[in-house]
Amino acid sequence: MPVTQETLDEIALSRSEYEAIVDRLGRDPEPLELGLFGALWSEHCGYKHTKALLRTLPSASDRLLVAPGAENAGVIDLGDGLAVAMKIESHNHPSAVEPFEGAATGVGGIIRDIFAMGARPIALLNSLRFGQPQDARTRYLINGVIGGISSYGNCIGIPDVGGEIFFSDSYKGNPLVNAMCVGLIEDGKMASASAKEHGDLLMLVGADTGRDGIHGASGLASRTFEEQAEMRSAVQVGNPFLEKVLIEACIEALDIPGVVGLQDCGAAGITSAAIEMAERSGMGLKIDIDAVPRREEGMTPYEVMLSESQERMLLAVTPGHEDKVFELFDRWDLDASVIGTFEFGENVRIFHEGSEVSSTPVVTLTDAPEYTFSAPKPDWLAALQDKDLSEVPLPSESAGEVLLQLLSAPNIASRFPIYRQYDYHVQINTVVEPGGDAAVLRLKGSKRGIAVSTDCNGRICYLDPRVGTIIAVAEACRNIAVTGAEPVALTDGLNFGNPETPDVQFQLNESIAGMREAADAFGIPIVSGNASLYNESAGTAIFPTPIIGSLGILEDVEKHSTVGFKNEGDVVVLLGADDWDSVEGLAGSEYLDFKHDTIAGQPTIDINLELNVQSVCRDAISSELLSSAHDVSDGGLAIAIAESAIIGGKGASTSLDVEGRWDAALFGESQSRIVVSLPEANLNELRQMTESKNVPMTTLGTVGGDDLNINGVVQLPLTEIDDAWKNGFTRAVSD
Amino acid sequence: MKFGIVVFPGTWSEKDTFHALSPVLGQDAEYVWHGETELSGFDAIVLPGGFSYGDYLRSGAIARFSPVMDAVKIYADAGGPVIGICNGFQVLCESGLLPGVLMRNDHLEFRCIWTDLRVENDSTNFTSRANVGDTLHIPMSHGEGNYQADAATIERLEGNGQVVFRYADASGNVTDEINPNGSINNIAGIINERGNVLGMMPHPEKACEVLIGGDDGNVIFSSMIDSLATATA
Repeated sequence: MPVTQETLDEIALSRSEYEAIVDRLGRDPEPLELGLFGALWSEHCGYKHTKALLRTLPSASDRLLVAPGAENAGVIDLGDGLAVAMKIESHNHPSAVEPFEGAATGVGGIIRDIFAMGARPIALLNSLRFGQPQDARTRYLINGVIGGISSYGNCIGIPDVGGEIFFSDSYKGNPLVNAMCVGLIEDGKMASASAKEHGDLLMLVGADTGRDGIHGASGLASRTFEEQAEMRSAVQVGNPFLEKVLIEACIEALDIPGVVGLQDCGAAGITSAAIEMAERSGMGLKIDIDAVPRREEGMTPYEVMLSESQERMLLAVTPGHEDKVFELFDRWDLDASVIGTFEFGENVRIFHEGSEVSSTPVVTLTDAPEYTFSAPKPDWLAALQDKDLSEVPLPSESAGEVLLQLLSAPNIASRFPIYRQYDYHVQINTVVEPGGDAAVLRLKGSKRGIAVSTDCNGRICYLDPRVGTIIAVAEACRNIAVTGAEPVALTDGLNFGNPETPDVQFQLNESIAGMREAADAFGIPIVSGNASLYNESAGTAIFPTPIIGSLGILEDVEKHSTVGFKNEGDVVVLLGADDWDSVEGLAGSEYLDFKHDTIAGQPTIDINLELNVQSVCRDAISSELLSSAHDVSDGGLAIAIAESAIIGGKGASTSLDVEGRWDAALFGESQSRIVVSLPEANLNELRQMTESKNVPMTTLGTVGGDDLNINGVVQLPLTEIDDAWKNGFTRAVSD
Repeated sequence: MKFGIVVFPGTWSEKDTFHALSPVLGQDAEYVWHGETELSGFDAIVLPGGFSYGDYLRSGAIARFSPVMDAVKIYADAGGPVIGICNGFQVLCESGLLPGVLMRNDHLEFRCIWTDLRVENDSTNFTSRANVGDTLHIPMSHGEGNYQADAATIERLEGNGQVVFRYADASGNVTDEINPNGSINNIAGIINERGNVLGMMPHPEKACEVLIGGDDGNVIFSSMIDSLATATA
């Protein structure tokens, strides 16, 4: 029977995809089946434009316990009977439509992915992008998203310890909300999302099923949209209290011998969760719609299968053991129902009112088409890269005035007004709180700790998607290195525009190539990830934003470093460069955009230098040579020194003459640089470390006094830079 | 000493409290499920922080109807020591074991920050190890910590020395500027008239080790342990 374009649009499948379905089934699909295909063959669930690329990413590692994509999250072995599950996931389109619930359920979703592995969640991070905060709608989105993350994360008792928030016109119509979660698995108690034997029961636990979120995966996440208000019903509504209880019950359930598999219901609800379980198990599946507890009357099989009602999990249970499961969930006041059986055969068979209403091969459903593409570098990009930055005029204001403006700029000012709305103490593991380069958590019962961070500069990726992504990986690892930890695992959250356009295709190819190159060079596996495409409005894509989440290990958590200067008289040293930055370093910089409304230049990075700088920094910290360490990034060296002064509550003066352009020297954002401070007595030992690894090093000056003094160019009292940085964000969102 | 830590659905600080009491302070501690109706064998009861019942209706409004709260009331009426932390404090006020109410922070935001609590009364069983004027560096994290009560109640609390902690700066100055949530008179913690039930919004269990930011919270638990040891001696 011919299918209408309207139907295809509703489920976001193309006509050629429809024809592929007909071809592979050997017949037309039933309407219910079409809904299943719409969900599983959506960009969000099917990864059509990214599968082939993601397969090229390195994931091999001695520590890797679960291959990326094989289960709900990646798992890394930390040794000593401890493993870590981590993943980052986006919830961009729902957050643009309904920011509070969109962000809240994004947090809820990533948490479920982690405890579906049997891991107890110990940390959350969130990486956010918005348009400029002076805009009224953007303020509405910012408040909603922060409120949603706060309300969900706080209620559920998982500390939110890090992340980033970045503002650019590029994200105005398409905010990004990427949530990362890290969880601990003890004593090999890792869960798997598959059944063991034919005949295993499929059980649904947690919330009942309603009409919320239908077409969330297909309709919302898989196409650009202009009419946001209409899609409101496709945004899910979260209940963090229920999820908290669900976590406890599910982790307890994993101790029941008959519980063999655990899977969370996320995008595309029972459809993707159950059918992916069947695929992983290599089995067929029978689902009884009427056994699914519903919160609304008259729900059709289509609605039940596609509902994205939150806080639901699927279990695979050995027959005969379901009573123990019922008893446990009853004790926690949660629903539990047997809704199906894993069976012999290749199909997923759906039953309603006693009759089989559809029967579809599992593998056809889960094997969405793969698209590869190649596209040339756009001319406009070449022009931007080739721009001669020396043509940019020097500002008319003094260096001190510009420094104050940058310190209070929304992309640089202190994020304390945001993260103090998140509980970052609960679980009493937080050794280094948000506000530095990475958070550090201790692992109870051991001397060890972990450091976690997220990073991506979309502006730099826009100027060169390959180099920009290498830089994102480098910076994610550098932020780990400055705490003293060794990065051991990465997760990636890709956020790009419409993959059917050549410019975005170019960005995707280049970005993944860069990620591969960086991960290979660093020798760190990418253990999990997510892709969110179609982030564009009115034909304009967002900056390509491949967000990298990183995790590092500290063998002795007491030996860690933080950002603030500590002692009067300590020497301030720059690792990674032996001179001030040059005008090329202004490429893609915050200063260039903020002061000159210009995004141009060619970003560069020397990976070998980066590796050596990070290694020296780590060694210096574990040898307890350093008082502080801070990564140089947004805003450049002057900002890094100012932040170390503000956070440490101590002034500093640099005695290295500024040559060349003072704006490049102060605000250039060349890579691989770290500002450290240390007692003068340790200077020689540090110098030996840098010489042995060919790392350039410059003594800049000393910690002390009540001013920030950058010789001959900046002279500002600590109180003034403190005020600019601490209040900048609040002023930006309320003035 | 054997501490009973009450757990409602949605409580999450019970594990943190257990860690502070057991591994760190070497005490016996057990979780008490909200369905329990008896509290025999415990030397002290803790109502920890979290979002019992998701803070539905009002923080603590539903938890106070749990079966265990009847047992807590009997326990408190018999003189047993009870400490309510954050959500626990809210539950104690909802059940009438402490006067007043915890309302939404005046700035309407959830706030997670370190506070300095000025010790106002050092003769209680919760503060015997401190001196009046000391400041304890303890974190708070809540959206509803704004302590309010009618004028007569406040006058009575202040007059009886029932205000145990006030929000202050690091030097112990109690100012409007430092008040993090709008609480009347910067009240951060109070005891009942009898002196055996304490409620406080900040989390002493979150300040139980220097590694995670400080161990001033142990002053409170250690004072309790001291008084229990004296009682049984």
